[in-house]
Amino acid sequence: MKAIAVAGLHVRRGTRDVVHDASFGAERGDILALMGASGSGKTSVLRAVGGLDPIAGGTITIDDVHVDASPLRPDVRRLLHRRVGMVFQFHHLFAHLTALHNVWLAPVHVLHQPREQAEARARALLDQLGVGHRVDALPHELSGGEAQRVAIARALAVGPPVLLMDEPTASLDPERRGELASTLRQLAAGGTTLIVATHDLDFVEACSCRVVRMEAGRIVASHPSG
Amino acid sequence: MVFARLDAQEPTPQLRWGGDAEGGAPYVEADPSNPRKVVGYEVEIAQLLAVGLGRTPRFIQTGFASLEASVARGDFDIVLDGIEDTPARRARLAVTIPYHQFREVLTVRQADVARFRTLADLRGRRVATLSATLAYELLTKAQAESGVIPITYDDDVHPYSDLALGRIDAVLLDDVIAARRVPQNPGLVNQATEVGSGYYVGVLAPSNTALRDRIDQILKQAMRDGRLEAIFRKWQMWNDDQPRLYARVTGDPVDVTDDGATSNATTAPGQWEAVRRYLPGLLGAALITLGLSCVSMALAVAAGVVVASGRVYGPKPARLALTAWVEMIRGTPLLLQLFVLYYGLATVVELPAMFAAFLGLGLNYAAYESEIYRGALEAIPQGQLDAARALGFSERQTLVLIRGPQAFRLALPAMTNDFVALLKDSSLVSVITVVELTKQTSIFANNIGSWVVPGAVCAVLYLGLSLPIAHAARRLENGWSRKLV
Repeated sequence: MKAIAVAGLHVRRGTRDVVHDASFGAERGDILALMGASGSGKTSVLRAVGGLDPIAGGTITIDDVHVDASPLRPDVRRLLHRRVGMVFQFHHLFAHLTALHNVWLAPVHVLHQPREQAEARARALLDQLGVGHRVDALPHELSGGEAQRVAIARALAVGPPVLLMDEPTASLDPERRGELASTLRQLAAGGTTLIVATHDLDFVEACSCRVVRMEAGRIVASHPSG
Repeated sequence: MVFARLDAQEPTPQLRWGGDAEGGAPYVEADPSNPRKVVGYEVEIAQLLAVGLGRTPRFIQTGFASLEASVARGDFDIVLDGIEDTPARRARLAVTIPYHQFREVLTVRQADVARFRTLADLRGRRVATLSATLAYELLTKAQAESGVIPITYDDDVHPYSDLALGRIDAVLLDDVIAARRVPQNPGLVNQATEVGSGYYVGVLAPSNTALRDRIDQILKQAMRDGRLEAIFRKWQMWNDDQPRLYARVTGDPVDVTDDGATSNATTAPGQWEAVRRYLPGLLGAALITLGLSCVSMALAVAAGVVVASGRVYGPKPARLALTAWVEMIRGTPLLLQLFVLYYGLATVVELPAMFAAFLGLGLNYAAYESEIYRGALEAIPQGQLDAARALGFSERQTLVLIRGPQAFRLALPAMTNDFVALLKDSSLVSVITVVELTKQTSIFANNIGSWVVPGAVCAVLYLGLSLPIAHAARRLENGWSRKLV
């Protein structure tokens, strides 16, 4: 069984169709790159899969969670958010909280983990991602690359089997891109399924992703085919 | 200082009587040597009545314009404050027998003594008086008959000072008032011609006729045994008119032996001495202003948060209802809201004055606070909310943990502003009998006949209250600015 299966996905924004009939899937531990020019529908696919926008047609299946065009029931939405994490292009770290607080907030309040345990895990994650020295910094005090890694730590802290990332290399210099690629490979090796929207070919090569190419809201190619 | 109505039942029965100490001597005045006490001939009449009834008198301060509404709703038993006897009053309320006769006196500038002798001489001229008085009725009649222009004031200080300044041409008011104000304004003269006369009466709730009848008996007895005469002589209000009035009221023969008034009035203290004496009263009133403002602001913030959350997150009917409520509160004067709460609702629920003030101010400001919070909530970027949803936070958790704290920091400067505004708007609650800083200042000013020193002291006290608030808020904002992107 695939970790994630998207079939005939249709997303509409206002009166405009932004994703038509998109189908793709990924096994556990896969890294899938959604590639394409700006406006090709990559982010719309991620937001639909992440349960942030409603879908107009098709289905999304992640483990036991099944999403279609009917309104998302609150319990299904909750399950979906447990299964899928998301790292945004502009990070969206909570502006009033420190890096560390950003990371442990959801484990404590959503997963009801004890605060000490959640905080220790948050520190470990930040260390692992190379920002352990920035735990007390506020989001606006972080560089783009640091904020990126804090955002990844925040998404990983709730332990989602599927992680969606929107343009993760946009705010990184080439050296950091290489580091990020190796981090993602490690995550995938640990069993996390990654779907990464990007137009950075070097990065795609560095993490040896499977590529799904989008154009004007449609999937036009998939390499290697899957 | 006495304010509001008292709910506590005390063992000795009380005669609760209402008056406005802002009116000053000789009616009711805060005692210059002890601003917490009142003095005046009405105070002594209240004492006389209370003794006759076997009760202890208790003065309840109420704005003059609100006295009748307050006695009707049961805030106190009787109004004693130079209330004129009129047919309209007799129709609405239980009215005692008259206990004093006054004359309407025309006051003019020294230079105009010869040309403005009567109202008829004042065609096309501005003549001032207090609104809703016999003098005002005489002036409106004179307006129709001889083209006098009536000008109404809410206090009896400014007609005379404006006359001295030349803003108006004459003042028509009770001899009692003219006798007090004319000496304070050099260059003014009272004309001897009598323009009209009327009576002062006590006023009770319309259902309270039994008490009124007992009071009438006590008054008649006091007219016969000279106790009432002693009071009016002491306050320099005794003249030929009074024994004639007493004879008419009691049915006894007239016995006019007027030997002029004996002087026993307290001499007015100097300005600085007055400040020293009134300062404790003003500081007490400043505390009431501060306390009332703090609890009202707390209510405004709590209710504002609920309303703003309802308008951002609630279902459509709730959003519409809350929007309507906010617009209604913002679109009507606070003064009106206070009147409705205190007097309008009195038939349904009798709110104590201080509680009505708290509720009125708090709910009024809640409408403004809710708009600030709604704006601040909507200013939090969608990305923050998306991130919260993607992490699995519920809407409520998102509000409490992420959206609310950020919005609060955005709202803080506007909230500080509102708190300072509320501090000043709290002066409006004097209309529902709460004596706070502005009202206390006004009482002070009217009693010494000048606004200069009391106004300055009051301004200093308000600044003393508002500057620390502004300063504390600025420190809080600076502390948090580090946390804002």
